[in-house]
Order: sequence, then structure tokens, then C-alpha cells
Amino acid sequence: MTRVRLRFSKLGKVRFTSHRDVARMWERALRRVELPVVYSEGFSPRPRLHFGLALSTGHESLAEYVDVDLRDDTASTVDIGSLPAVLSSALPAGIDVTAAAAIPGGTPSLQHAVTSCSWRISVVGAAPAALYRAVERVLAAEELVTTRQRKGHDVTDDLRPLVVALAASVSHPTGPTGPARPTDDGTELTCELATQPRGLRPAELVALLGDGLTEGRVLRTHQWIQHDGARQEPLAAQATSAPHAEARAS
Amino acid sequence: MESVWPALEPLLMQVQKPARYIGGEDGAAVPRHHPAKVAWLLTYPDTYEIGLPNQGLQILAEILNERSDAVAERSYAPWSDLEALLREHAIPLFSVDTHRPAAAFDVIAFNLSAELVYTNVLNCLHLAGLPVRAADRHAGHPLVGAGGHCASNPEPLADFVDFFVLGDGEEVVGEISAVLAADKAAGTTDREARRRHLGAIPGVYVPALYDVTYRADGRLAAVTPRYPEVPEQVEKRTVADLAEWPYPRRQLVPLTEVVHDRLNVEVFRGCTRGCRFCQAGMITRPVRERPADQVREMVATGLRRTGYDEVSLTSLSTADFSGIEGVVADVVNDPANGGRVSVSLPSLRVDAFTVGIAGEIQKGRRTGLTFAPEGGTWRIRQVINKLIREEDLYGAVESAYSQGWRRMKLYFLTGLPTETDEDTLGIARLARHCVEIGRKYHKNPSVTVSVGGFVPKPFTPFQWFGQNTLAELTRKMHLLRDELRRDRGVQFKWHDPKATTVEGIVSRGDRRLGAVIEDVWRHGGTFQEWTEHFDLDLWLDALDRHAMTVEDLVYRHRTEEEVLPWDHLSAGLHKDFLWQDWRDALDEVGLEDCRWTPCYDCGACTGYGVEHVVASAVPPAGGSQGTGQDLAAAGEVPVTLLPRRAEPVGAR
Repeated sequence: MTRVRLRFSKLGKVRFTSHRDVARMWERALRRVELPVVYSEGFSPRPRLHFGLALSTGHESLAEYVDVDLRDDTASTVDIGSLPAVLSSALPAGIDVTAAAAIPGGTPSLQHAVTSCSWRISVVGAAPAALYRAVERVLAAEELVTTRQRKGHDVTDDLRPLVVALAASVSHPTGPTGPARPTDDGTELTCELATQPRGLRPAELVALLGDGLTEGRVLRTHQWIQHDGARQEPLAAQATSAPHAEARAS
Repeated sequence: MESVWPALEPLLMQVQKPARYIGGEDGAAVPRHHPAKVAWLLTYPDTYEIGLPNQGLQILAEILNERSDAVAERSYAPWSDLEALLREHAIPLFSVDTHRPAAAFDVIAFNLSAELVYTNVLNCLHLAGLPVRAADRHAGHPLVGAGGHCASNPEPLADFVDFFVLGDGEEVVGEISAVLAADKAAGTTDREARRRHLGAIPGVYVPALYDVTYRADGRLAAVTPRYPEVPEQVEKRTVADLAEWPYPRRQLVPLTEVVHDRLNVEVFRGCTRGCRFCQAGMITRPVRERPADQVREMVATGLRRTGYDEVSLTSLSTADFSGIEGVVADVVNDPANGGRVSVSLPSLRVDAFTVGIAGEIQKGRRTGLTFAPEGGTWRIRQVINKLIREEDLYGAVESAYSQGWRRMKLYFLTGLPTETDEDTLGIARLARHCVEIGRKYHKNPSVTVSVGGFVPKPFTPFQWFGQNTLAELTRKMHLLRDELRRDRGVQFKWHDPKATTVEGIVSRGDRRLGAVIEDVWRHGGTFQEWTEHFDLDLWLDALDRHAMTVEDLVYRHRTEEEVLPWDHLSAGLHKDFLWQDWRDALDEVGLEDCRWTPCYDCGACTGYGVEHVVASAVPPAGGSQGTGQDLAAAGEVPVTLLPRRAEPVGAR
């Protein structure tokens, strides 16, 4: 069995589909391109796909990952370098495979390995000056203790350690910078949020910055694995890339 | 024309299931608009996940987009959360393909699959920015069309819809496009002129071209054409050869979950089993089979293109398809499908032969099988001409349990003509016996009994029958519920008799019912097919306000002489054939399937100069269907495709 890791984008209209919907798109795409995917045992065999962290419905991403197991008897005939182009054509517009590589056996699963994600979040309802001040306040805080309801119990968390990096910017309202278009105010956050011990959601971060603020468009730009003090992406940067991806969506 | 997408996009984060509104399905044609082309908006008046799989709309969208004089997009009823936002932000109904406003199309055409969606038709028109009444619309508005099974009695929607299509749509949508394109080229914008041009097309019914008169006692007197060229009776359209229409060629693959999320290949249209309650079987005659090779081809190319791992072979009774075993075996065993394709047969016949086919396709997962005996006693099944003998049912059930199935689902109707409590309770008796058979093979066999209230439909022998009252239907459901309460192994489910009553109000209504439908819609009665929105009182209050009664519309038996609201239309069936069949029903006389016996002259073949297209001249092997037909001719065909186990599982 050979495990192949694929990076893909989710941009434009297709961002309104759910994580489950995306899983089904992948199952169909893999059947269409007739890859020798390993199927699960049992009465209703399903292709063995291992997705990373779920992306909320409505959020966009440049950095989604899935691991696919291929049968060894035929894996040698699969040209991994061709997979991004082949799979992108079998997936809906807005979902493009941008990198592919075989990964060694024993590589930890995406769910376990990924420690943080980078995001671009447009913020609705924030005056630029106020947003800058709020960002400074969050960064300066020793701790940010919040209480939330979970399964009927109050859970108290310190969210400060989950905010790895945070910066605010104001873009030119006339010139959108990439898929996550800024709002009318043009205020946007660039941040890195931890996924362990628990994930901090973009909406939770925005709520930390002030009452009445809500997230506009949200784009995941990277997923990161912290390893021996160094930070790396689940797939090395040199893996095949598809620069047309952003242009193709919606 | 401008897209509503920029205005819509920010709202989608605020609604449930936003993927309903984004389009982008694999297989969807890129619409190529041109001012000279007739632009159709094909609309399913219910949610996306119910409407998208509708094969009728998909077929018509493809046919229209292949034409040089037409272009088609699709739309669906927005759920109430988005509807509120659309109204708040003044965004109109839109197509999901390019998010074009509905009013920018030349034709808005609705599929009518069920009566309870009628108020959604009005809501969609209103969301599109159109006056809901056809008479209030002017030259700049799109024409409004409708088709589908419920269009066989179009009168309740006659005030709102400009034209109806009766029967198969494949050919007539092209003819309508040609006529409307010619009007465009000639600069004809006058609605009456355009309606008259449409009314001259066979199979197209334009209600505004007919005068309706009533008798002093309030009964319908006549529906008569207002112009000499308008036909006195509009005949439905029938596609003679399904092989010429291998559609959809590119079935849509939605990005989000929908009902029937699989490849569908229609194997035949029409049914001559002759079940007297079944409108679909009556109005889609004659039987026209698709050649088996074309079925295989459509399955193979469809699976390859879509990536689906399930295909449904659709028809009104797929086990009746000539050579069904061969087709099923080929699909299941095709090496290209990797042995992982499952086949579903949506309407199973009740016999062991059918179970054999089901065994062939459900090699691994034997979750459940569904049968529809429809009536609880042999007597009532003769009345409704669903000629299944008890031994047929028990044979099928035994065969299924012995081959590994554990769960059966049985469909029944209650409120049938001549029905007594013995017939109703017969449902419980059959279900119990099925569980007992199951106990021979399994520890905890389960039988789900699903009972619906019967609604008499136009163009069936039961069109004269007075529907059971709400109180009576409720009493019968409770009778069964109480009877089955202590039965372990039998689960009882029933369709809400209140919804059945409203279906009855709409099903056989005449043109005057339009005011009631509009009233219900104006009082917020949309999505009436959905339990969370359905409201019987809206309908009863609306009837009150318009001096109509459920007693007269629903519960009353019609007489032979009475002018029915659909008498000026024809689904091919002679009215005297239907009346004779109604008399036969009351006499408890069954009628054999005419595919394999002499013609009864129902009118469906002779009237249109078409014939049954059936590959095999002999009836399929297996259950007798109680007809007394000589099935010895089919004796060479094995009844069981899988070897039976010598010893039942669990028997010691």
C-alpha cells in the first residue's frame, strides 16, 4: 500500500459545500479517474480516504489535505506527478489539487500532526483604528480566559496560547487581495491559530477582538506541523503547484 | 443580464445548506444566451435536494440546450430562511446555473409532481417579481408553463399558468421553442396572440383560450374553446420510441447531498398492470421499453462519467422489463465497474422472481426489501386490481428471509373503494404472518408497515370515488395502530390523513379552486409538503372564505353524467373504458395485463397510433400476480437466481 498526500484548494462558490460534501466529491473523482484506491472491508466498501481538519462550510482554503491509500500491485503505474492535473479535472470548479507526493509509512495522520493553521479573515463591523487597538490588546494579554458551554457543562479555557500570531491590515477597498476579499472597511486579519490541544475557530478569535464584530470571508492559507522546533507544511513546498488555482474559482 | 450572485453571496453564510443555491453541478451545460433564443427557466417548486434529481427537468434542460433556438437554466424553491432574506434585500428568484433573475427568462416552466407544491408555484412567481395571476401579467413578463403528472388536471392552477404540457415533454418543448422564437423574430409581444400560437401545438393546453360555464346547482357545465382553431379536447403527447431519446446523456452530479443521489437510467415508460388507484400507470401508457443494449450503454457511460457507484433502473415496475435478469447481471458483473456498483430497482413486484433479482444485485449488504401489496385482503386487491395472492407475498417474503434479508417494508393504502374494517385489519394480519415467516430464519425479523390514505386521481377508474373523510381515515389508521400495538416485530407508520385530505382538495378541483390556492399562499402556506410547514386549517379557512366545502370537493362520489374538470383533456384513455373499469372494480373483477393478453381498447395505443414496445412477447416468470394468466410459457426462466440454502438459517 502506498499512501499519497494531496494538497487542494477550496475557493469560490464551492466553499458553500460541507466537509461531507467534499468527501463525496473526492470519492466520485477517484472513481472517475480510476485510481487503484484501497477500499475498506465490509458490506459497503468505501475508498480509504483520510482527511485533515474539517473546514467550516463557507470558509475558503488554499491548503486542504487528504491522504489516499493506493494498492501496491498497481501503484507503480500511477504517475504521482500527474495527479494534480488529472484529479483537478475530475473535481468541481474551485477545488484544485495543487500538490501531491507519496509519504512514508508511519507518517502521523493529518488529524494528529497538524498543530496550527494560518488564516486571512476579513472582519465586518470594525473601524480600522479600533481593530488595530484590539489586536494589540490580545497580543499583550497574559491570558484570555473564556467560559463556554460544552455538553451542558461550563468549560473554562485560556485562549491566549492558541493565538500564535496575529496582525491587522487595511487593504485598498478597490483592489481585492486574493480570494478572501476584504469587507467594505477593508479590515483584514492575518493570523496563525493553534489546533491543539483544541482548535481556535476564526469566529472565536473575531469575538475576542470585540463585541459586534463578525467574520466576513475567511481563507485558510496554510496548515503547519510543529516538529523539533521547526514549522513545516504537511507537504514540502517543492511539490507540484498549480498557479492557476485562484483564477479558476468562481 | 446581470447576475444576482454578488448580492446573494453574503447572505448564504446566514442560511441552512447554502450549497442548495450555488449550482456548479457536473454535467450542467453552460447556457449560451442570445436575444433571438427562447430562454427557459425550468423550475422545481420544492427544495433543491428534492428537485435536482428530477429526471424530467434534467431531460428537458438537455434537449433545450442542444437546440439552436433555445437555452435553459434551472431553479428551485428557496427554503424559507433564504426566502426571508431575499425579500428583505429585494433579490428575485434566480437560476442556479448563472444566478440570472427569473424575470429575465422568456418562459418560467414548472414541474408539477405533487399537489401540495402548488402554493410554492405561486410563491416562486411572486419571488420572481411577477403578478401571480396570468391575467395580470403584461407583455414584458415571462410566459409561465407547467408539466408533469399533476398537469393532467391543470384546472386548479389555470388562473396562474399560461400553458400546460400534457404527457411526454421531449418533443413538445422543441415545438414550443420554435413557436416562441418565431414570435420573437416577428416582434409579437401580445400575450393573447402568443397564447393562441401555443394553443395550436398538439399537447399544449392554454386555459385562457377556454370559457368555463357552470350550472345553476354549481356543477361544472362545460369548458369550451374561445377560438375555432383551439381544440375541443387537448390530447397528451406520447413519445413512441424511447430509444430515440437516450436522455439525460449527462445526468447532473450535485455538489451536495440530494435524494436519489445516484445514476438513474429509465428502462421503460408506462405500465399496464392496471392498478386502478395508480394515476402514473394510467396516464403514461402505452409501455415503451428502452432497448436493453441502450440501457447497458447508458449505465456504463453514466457510471464512468459521474463516478457514482450506484445505479437505479427506473420505471413503474422494473421487474417487468424484458430480460431484466440479463441487464442486471451485466451491470453487476461488468469488470469495468470493479464489482463495486450496486443496482437499485425502485419498484419491486411482489414475487419470488423479483427477490431472486434483488439477491443477484445485493450481494453484500442485504439491508431491506420493500413490497407494495397495497390492500389487506384478496377481495380488496381485486377491487384495486393489484392482483397479488397471499401465497405470492408469503413466497416473496420467505424467499427474501431465506436469502439473508432481515427487514421488510410493506406499503398499503387505506380508504380504498368498498373497503371494510376486515380489509383494513387484513393489513395487520399480513404483516404478522410475514414476521412469523421471518422467525423461521432470524431471531428478530422486522416488518415495517407503511400506510397511506387513498386519494382518487383524475384519469383513473377511481376518479368518480368519494374520498374517505378525514375522520374515517384517521379512525382506520388508529384501528391499525391499536391492532399492531402489541406486535413485536411490526412497526407501523402512516401518512398524515390531514395531508391526504388536502391532496384530495387539490387533486380533482376545478378552476374555482385557484382562489383557494391563492388564499392559502397569501396566508403564508408554502412548503405544504413539509410537516413543519403543513397547516390543514389554512386550507379549511380558505375553502370557507370562498364558499367551498371539503364534503363537495373531496368526499362526494361523482356520477357518470357529471362533467369532470379534466374532460376537455385526454391522457389517451377512453372515458367509457375507465367507467367500465370502475364498475368492474365494484364487482371485484380483476383485469389482466394487456401486454401479454388481448387489448381492452383503453385508448392509449389506438388513439395515438403507437403500440407497446416490449422486447419479449411472454410475461416474465415468477409471481402470478393473481391474474390467472398462464405463466407456463415462462417456465424455462429460473424463478430463483441464487441457490436456496437446503436448511433455513437458525432451524435446528
